[in-house]
Amino acid sequence: MNIVVGKPLPHESAHLHVQGSAPYTDDIPERVGTLHAALGLSPVAHGRLLGVDVERVRAQPGVVDVFTGTDFPGRNDCGPLIQDDPILAIDTLRYRGQPVFAVVARTRAQARRAAALAREVIQAEPLTAILHQREAHAAGQHVIAPMQLCRGDADQALANAPQRLQLAFELGGQEQFYLEGQISYALPEEDGGLTLHCSTQHPSEMQHLVAHALHRPNHAVRVLCRRMGGGFGGKESQSALFACVAALGAVRNRAPVKLRLDRDDDFLITGRRHGFSFDIDAGFDEAGRIQGVRATLISNAGHSADLSGPVLTRALCHFDNAYWLPHVALSGFAARTNTQSNTAFRGFGGPQGALAVEMLMDAIARRLKLDPLAVRRANLYQEGQTPPQTTPYGQTIEDFCLPDLMARLEASSDYAARRAAVAAFNASSPVLKKGLALTPLKFGISFNVVHLNQAGALVHVYTDGSVLVNHGGTEMGQGLNTKVAQVVAQELGLPLAAVRCSATDTEKIANTSATAASTGADLNGKAAQAAARSLRDRLSAFAAQAYGLAPDGVRFEAGEVVLGSQRIAWEELVRQAYHARVQLWSEGFYATPGLSWDRAKLQGRPFYYFAHGAAVAEVLVDTLTGEHRVLRADALHDVGQSLNPAIDIGQVEGAFIQGMGWLTSEELVWHPADGSPKAGLLVTHAPSTYKIPTANDCPADFRVALFDRPNAKDSIHRSKAVGEPPLLLPFAVFLAIKDAVAAATGGEPTLMAPATPEAVLKALHT
Amino acid sequence: MPQDLSTQSIRPVRFWHRNAVVELDGAPNTRTVLEWLREDQQLCGTKEGCAEGDCGACTVVLGELDAQGRLQLKPVNSCIQFLPSLDGKALFTVEDLAGADGSLHPVQQALVDCHGSQCGFCTPGFAMSLWQLYEEMKGTAPSRQGIADGLAGNLCRCTGYRPILDAGEKALAQEGPLLDREPVETALRELALGQPIHTEAGFHAPKTLGELAQLRQDLPEARLLAGGSDVGLWVTKQFKTLPQIIYLGQVRELQTIERVGDELVIGAGASLEAAWAELATHWPQLKEMGLRFASPPIRSVGTLGGNIANGSPIGDGAPVLMALGATVELQRGEQLRRLPLQDFYLDYMKNALQAGEFLRALRVPLPLQGWRLSTHKISKRFDSDISAVCGAFALHIEDGQVREARLAWGGMAAIVKRAAQAEAALRGQPWNEATLIQAQAALAQDFKPLSDMRASAAYRLQVAQNLLRRCWLETRAEDPLPASALSVWEAR
Repeated sequence: MNIVVGKPLPHESAHLHVQGSAPYTDDIPERVGTLHAALGLSPVAHGRLLGVDVERVRAQPGVVDVFTGTDFPGRNDCGPLIQDDPILAIDTLRYRGQPVFAVVARTRAQARRAAALAREVIQAEPLTAILHQREAHAAGQHVIAPMQLCRGDADQALANAPQRLQLAFELGGQEQFYLEGQISYALPEEDGGLTLHCSTQHPSEMQHLVAHALHRPNHAVRVLCRRMGGGFGGKESQSALFACVAALGAVRNRAPVKLRLDRDDDFLITGRRHGFSFDIDAGFDEAGRIQGVRATLISNAGHSADLSGPVLTRALCHFDNAYWLPHVALSGFAARTNTQSNTAFRGFGGPQGALAVEMLMDAIARRLKLDPLAVRRANLYQEGQTPPQTTPYGQTIEDFCLPDLMARLEASSDYAARRAAVAAFNASSPVLKKGLALTPLKFGISFNVVHLNQAGALVHVYTDGSVLVNHGGTEMGQGLNTKVAQVVAQELGLPLAAVRCSATDTEKIANTSATAASTGADLNGKAAQAAARSLRDRLSAFAAQAYGLAPDGVRFEAGEVVLGSQRIAWEELVRQAYHARVQLWSEGFYATPGLSWDRAKLQGRPFYYFAHGAAVAEVLVDTLTGEHRVLRADALHDVGQSLNPAIDIGQVEGAFIQGMGWLTSEELVWHPADGSPKAGLLVTHAPSTYKIPTANDCPADFRVALFDRPNAKDSIHRSKAVGEPPLLLPFAVFLAIKDAVAAATGGEPTLMAPATPEAVLKALHT
Repeated sequence: MPQDLSTQSIRPVRFWHRNAVVELDGAPNTRTVLEWLREDQQLCGTKEGCAEGDCGACTVVLGELDAQGRLQLKPVNSCIQFLPSLDGKALFTVEDLAGADGSLHPVQQALVDCHGSQCGFCTPGFAMSLWQLYEEMKGTAPSRQGIADGLAGNLCRCTGYRPILDAGEKALAQEGPLLDREPVETALRELALGQPIHTEAGFHAPKTLGELAQLRQDLPEARLLAGGSDVGLWVTKQFKTLPQIIYLGQVRELQTIERVGDELVIGAGASLEAAWAELATHWPQLKEMGLRFASPPIRSVGTLGGNIANGSPIGDGAPVLMALGATVELQRGEQLRRLPLQDFYLDYMKNALQAGEFLRALRVPLPLQGWRLSTHKISKRFDSDISAVCGAFALHIEDGQVREARLAWGGMAAIVKRAAQAEAALRGQPWNEATLIQAQAALAQDFKPLSDMRASAAYRLQVAQNLLRRCWLETRAEDPLPASALSVWEAR
């Protein structure tokens, strides 16, 4: 048997990546006459827009065109769910960095130079700006209605609990920092058509928003994306603005227009992971078992709704993380601030919600002087209860492998012995302290919005036997095309080299969902499998008839077709089928079964299944400076039966380091709204000031393994989604730092995230 | 253009690229190497990630002849290197790595085999950094740590780096093809024979100190350019135009590092990499700071002289050299003068250089008996981050008493400066905790630091005071703590 699925095969583009010959949007040869666009940005965080001296910009060298929000023939809006997101600001300036006008010039440098006049040509009357979510919440400013997720009687449970504690926590946001910045390249086509090459996770949405902005039917707009240089959620909704601007520029000037952002502008314009404020009140017993919890979660949505609603939903739905919360009352608010509009970022609110309850677990353990692992274990969901345990949103806990997984990790990481060693070290080390933590995760897989859980694929077999797959997912480095090609090759009994994935293209698969929510391989893999199966069935039927066999007498393996006692080459069967006028292409469709969701009550079965994982981290903290170093990290992660272990390990490790960056070194700082020239400016707007991890931050001792148990659900080859869940693994790093601080102070540290040296030193002294 | 220059021949920029000498007429002063590659040559393998030399996606390798005429390869951020600065050098990009038959270079193959790419956008930069290590470190059996340090200037957002480090280890342990250096060296030797370059656009690269001194006086408004790690950003981020540039990279005399009497004399054009390596041979405790000082691509073109002359209050060179009692040697025409480094800085980004004057050398007194140096860099990230606070302390302790103290600080004021009152609190006092507390208190009189994106004023002051404590814990007579008990980085 030719088994392709489950092999640690390299990324389909790896040999191109290493040679620099994998083209990204900016590498596509420019059509003659290509013009370049740049955006003029709001110089204030909040203000009334009085006017723009467009003529002055137009007079700059090389400038061909300047336009503003009123120039869109259709809708000047690029909000993905709610229409509160102007492409170019009209009337009100809502954050510093908001695009106000677009410049089209002969060269990119000329466009950028002209756009840089924004400060001088935008006339605005400043208004009071609010930058922090707590302040905005207090002022009653929200982008969506508040959300409540409740079960039982939390107040009564809190009142009756033998132990009680309160916790307030501030959690910073995170910049996606995809290495390839936002880019769109728009090419006018015949009869009002438009082709857009766009670095986007959501080509269909780009297509629809561009069509609306131009007041054209969707069929006139084609969006293509071969690959992105990283997305992480940042190119789910927020690539739309740039696509719309490039498109209008191309239409107005009847010329190709490229809009590639400078890194600083990318930081200043686009939003990121939501920062959150939490207030938690918990009641528990002497074993640390939570009896009731009441919590308020306030996210910083930024100036518009964007995806803040679904992000908040997922935060609320992950507040339980891995724990049974019998009585719970959660209130969620998405506060409107004068900052970039926050959006999707790997985990999509899940990490924020789950970190809150993990903070609580540690606080309870320290209150009761128990090992945090014991408290975690005491609170874990348990299968086999009557009635079965459910999440606060009403989904039954099934296939809950964390007790096994955590036990395996506890043993393999030598947790108990290291806990003792850490205590011994701390007793004799006056300045440096060590900390240790083991944290679990449970992450719901599926879009929280039921209808998004669908996908389509096309499989073409050409007469030479080669196979082309196209599906609605996008490749951003996660190896989706590799996995989908593996699925198709497996289905047709072919070596992987016989199968090629082509660029995502709205002319091939219509109405696709974003490649998001970790569902890329689950949805598109199943759709491609369905397409390949219909082809295979058709070819089987043909072969059975042609060779006088029963259809189950035909097998496809190792590039050959087994026909009873005979074998012929795959190519030969394809040739014969073509001549017999058998359809050699097929479409496939998949819709995740069994999902339901009541958006008003936040109840139902939003997730097809859960992915799990756990990590242990050991850190060393300097109590004089607040610096820390991760000494060792172990992770065990549940990917079901892996489609490709090399790619899955890559996702787990990458997410670990990315999540660790979020919680340690990646700090977003806005200049306070103090009336100064810098008021409201995001001052960490480039890699010089915003510090993502480097190779030296990867723990020297880093042990990552897959928990190889097939998915109980009928997912693609019983695998599990892997994109987002492991982002929760590095909670262990943050909580290990907190553990070390607690070792120094003896109390419950008020450590906020990210745990920069400054935050740690502050926690050591308060 | 001044009279004496117009008589000199204007000539094209010449450099080695893709197995041939390229001649470029009319190269604009500030067009970057990356723009030239991607837009003019359609060589799109090299990527732009940040246009400020901080992410490494644009990493290329430059070849230059050392003083012995041997080719030396260094990683460079092409996004902030100006095209004319390539004159006389060799340029290698990711398109140069694979064999003529299309076979992948060992570093490329290892990246594939170890799953070192995901989105692939940073990968060409990693491939080039690894290739430079492969070429220059092969046979020296670099450790995994050494490879990680070599990749400190390359950001990857997907992989978490483990597979890239694996690839580095695998490739560097292999026998494989090496660059045929002979034709490159021959070409560069020939290019070196040419006249110093003056382009039509106003890019001047003198070859001798004399020529430099003359040019500096003739063109007092011209921008001096060394590694370009700051000046490059004026162009890519602030759209400045630089009509006249005097490039220092071709002046050999400026790159020398030599011991003269009891001083180490570091030419202002010596690279950060070379200068710091030399300093660390005399003060081994500077090794950590050297690794954390910018990144390999910046250190290989950036100069210690530039770091000092730039005068940034958050530079790491100045506090260390100030604590070491360094002087700066300034030249104007044929006149030389010396200033203690602490007198060189007048105010925020203002120094004592006069019109037509330039920094010629840094003179650092060699270690004296009884003096101890300790240096401390505090930043959010170990690699390639700008200091929130940088403290460098030189203490002369004898018989348990502080005879003399130089406490120099970056990040604490508008300029790098010494803590006069804290030093006074130490001088002549017994080196005990009471004295330490006096000095810590005095530090609050010396400095009123700022709050910014790197740290708050309160943290800066507190950590500065704590660094003095760290220094005391390490140097106190009774029960001194080893460095391994005082720094999380020590056991790295």
